[in-house]
Amino acid sequence: MLLQRFLVRLLTMLVTLFGVAIVVFVVIRVAPGDPIAMMLPPGASNDDIARLRALYGLDKSIVQQFFIWLGGVLHGDFGTSISLRQDVLGLVFNRLPATLELATVALLMAVAIGATAAILGARSRGTAVEAGIDIASGATLSIPDFLWGLVLILLFGVLIPVFDISGRVSPQLDLPFVTQFYLVESILRLRFDLTWDLLKHMLMPAVALALPLAAIIAQLLKQSLKEVLDLDYVVLARVKGFSETQVILREALKNAALPTLTLVGVQFTFLIGGTVIVERLFSYEGLGNMAIDAVINRDLPLIQGIVLVFALLFVLINLTVDMTYALLNPRLRHG
Amino acid sequence: MSACLDIRHLSAVLPNGQRVLRSVSLSVQPGEVRALVGESGAGKTMIGKAVLGVLPKSVRIVEGEMLIEGEDLGRLDAKARRTLIGARTALIPQDPLTALNPSRRIGSQMTDRLVRILGWSGERADTRIRQLLDEVHIRDPERVLKCYPHELSGGMRQRVLIAAAFAAEPRLIVADEPTTALDVTVQKQILRLIAQLQRDHGTAILFVTHDLGVVAKISQRVSVLYAGKVVEEADTADLFADPKHPYTRALMAATPRYTDPLASLKPVDESVLAGLAAEIVAADQAWRASHG
Ligand SMILES: Nc1ncnc2c1ncn2[C@@H]1O[C@H](COP(=O)(O)OP(=O)(O)OP(=O)(O)O)[C@@H](O)[C@H]1O
Ligand SMILES: [Mg+2]
Repeated sequence: MLLQRFLVRLLTMLVTLFGVAIVVFVVIRVAPGDPIAMMLPPGASNDDIARLRALYGLDKSIVQQFFIWLGGVLHGDFGTSISLRQDVLGLVFNRLPATLELATVALLMAVAIGATAAILGARSRGTAVEAGIDIASGATLSIPDFLWGLVLILLFGVLIPVFDISGRVSPQLDLPFVTQFYLVESILRLRFDLTWDLLKHMLMPAVALALPLAAIIAQLLKQSLKEVLDLDYVVLARVKGFSETQVILREALKNAALPTLTLVGVQFTFLIGGTVIVERLFSYEGLGNMAIDAVINRDLPLIQGIVLVFALLFVLINLTVDMTYALLNPRLRHG
Repeated sequence: MSACLDIRHLSAVLPNGQRVLRSVSLSVQPGEVRALVGESGAGKTMIGKAVLGVLPKSVRIVEGEMLIEGEDLGRLDAKARRTLIGARTALIPQDPLTALNPSRRIGSQMTDRLVRILGWSGERADTRIRQLLDEVHIRDPERVLKCYPHELSGGMRQRVLIAAAFAAEPRLIVADEPTTALDVTVQKQILRLIAQLQRDHGTAILFVTHDLGVVAKISQRVSVLYAGKVVEEADTADLFADPKHPYTRALMAATPRYTDPLASLKPVDESVLAGLAAEIVAADQAWRASHG
């Protein structure tokens, strides 16, 4: 049952990725802007342009180009970045960890803030506390992540400059890292001074990304909790002598979390999409920031590589959510 | 000796001011089964929930006292009340399909009160639960304890809930129509089981039902509820031999008999209800006048 579900999802995944690859490939070639013209100094001869175009394979038809590229991808070769003149896969993997760390920290923050607010609100349902949480989450939700980013820069970068609002890590520090997962590695190496520096840089962009998601979690989870809290088995738990907090944590939370979990999966992909602009705002050296440069430079192979990796990420997240959902729900588990 | 449960002049209102309980008084003596009978919407479940401290937030108690073994629930703070109710009472719910948490195993749902509220060791709770499962004739406790609720039939779940209710030796059990949601064939078995365990353990039960046949089988005393008001209370045998209140008589006339089920299947007499309604409206007006 679980395996069958998994295989079906895997197949859907491949179809999705293939679709994304085609769409992106065509769109960036149809969109205006010539990567070759941008690489050469003004006044280059038509001959030079044609030779460079042939070098990057851009003189062939879109269909031919696609299959050449696809053949490469299937062998793990994503081509060479036009603007940076480096292997695309290497570039992407160099930047991906920074984005993953930022997105994960933001997600954890969103879940922690959102779930706490939801539990508090459900506990004191019908009181001013719940109304306050409703108003706060409604207001938070009406502002998108990049605006939160700007607000945070104004507040903590300009007005009260207590946080680093630029980059991933303080440039003067000596970094002993061998991978690009700085945060994870700093913890494993017990270099908590570096962990702290990394977190300080991450805090503002992570908060900007986390706030809208936290608000969504607060609203949806609180609603589900309130529905579950009227059910018979919850009433029975109260009769057994459990306090309202115990009842919420032991009886209600797991069952109420299922609808929220699905939503968090979808919203997490939005959050990762949000890193593109938020990383730019905070000059955070992640994949999103590089994506903007790639678009500005019309760096076709790099754009394709980044988009495909983002798509793969989205698909994997959905798969994880789906499997977790099945695991949490005994009815599905035993089918 | 004080009553196991003593409810005195309990009144409750909805947010719109409508009274759902009208000065209800009833008591359950130690070891006795008190039936609470009435039509749908009479307020039977409300009384049970009030006793167990789980009224919906929208329902407000406006007067009256509830005492469990002489302890006035109204005088205890929330925590003490919860502990008292958890230690001395239990609930056998109406619908075994919704009364078990779908994502927790039966075993942990049966032992959690013993271990976490009453402070028993896990081992002692486990032994106790197995003993009770045996008493409700569950022959393969090992399997049942590991099951999730959806893996058991309705009748099995109700046995599990009954076993769990008796496990902590409560002094009082509220049974809210514990057979209504079950198949007719299973209803009789479950009723017999509750009666058996009640006798063996000497537990007092407030038994909520709308079925006079069930009242006759299980209870020693009975209170008849109409529109949130106790209209008659009596020893069960006396009630059937000589019903005093016109509503009780109408209710009996409306109860089908096995000898001639279709002939006697008729609604409660409307003229009786009209008289009662007038009486209740007058009482409510007087109550509002005196309570502002
Ligand atoms: N959560 C609630 N909020 C407001 N009113 C309620 C609520 N639950 C029940 N009521 C009302 O209170 C009255 C008594 O309901 P109660 O559930 O106690 O009846 P009952 O005698 O148990 O009926 P049944 O045999 O159908 O279970 C009814 O008029 C019902 O509409
Ligand atoms: Mg009821």
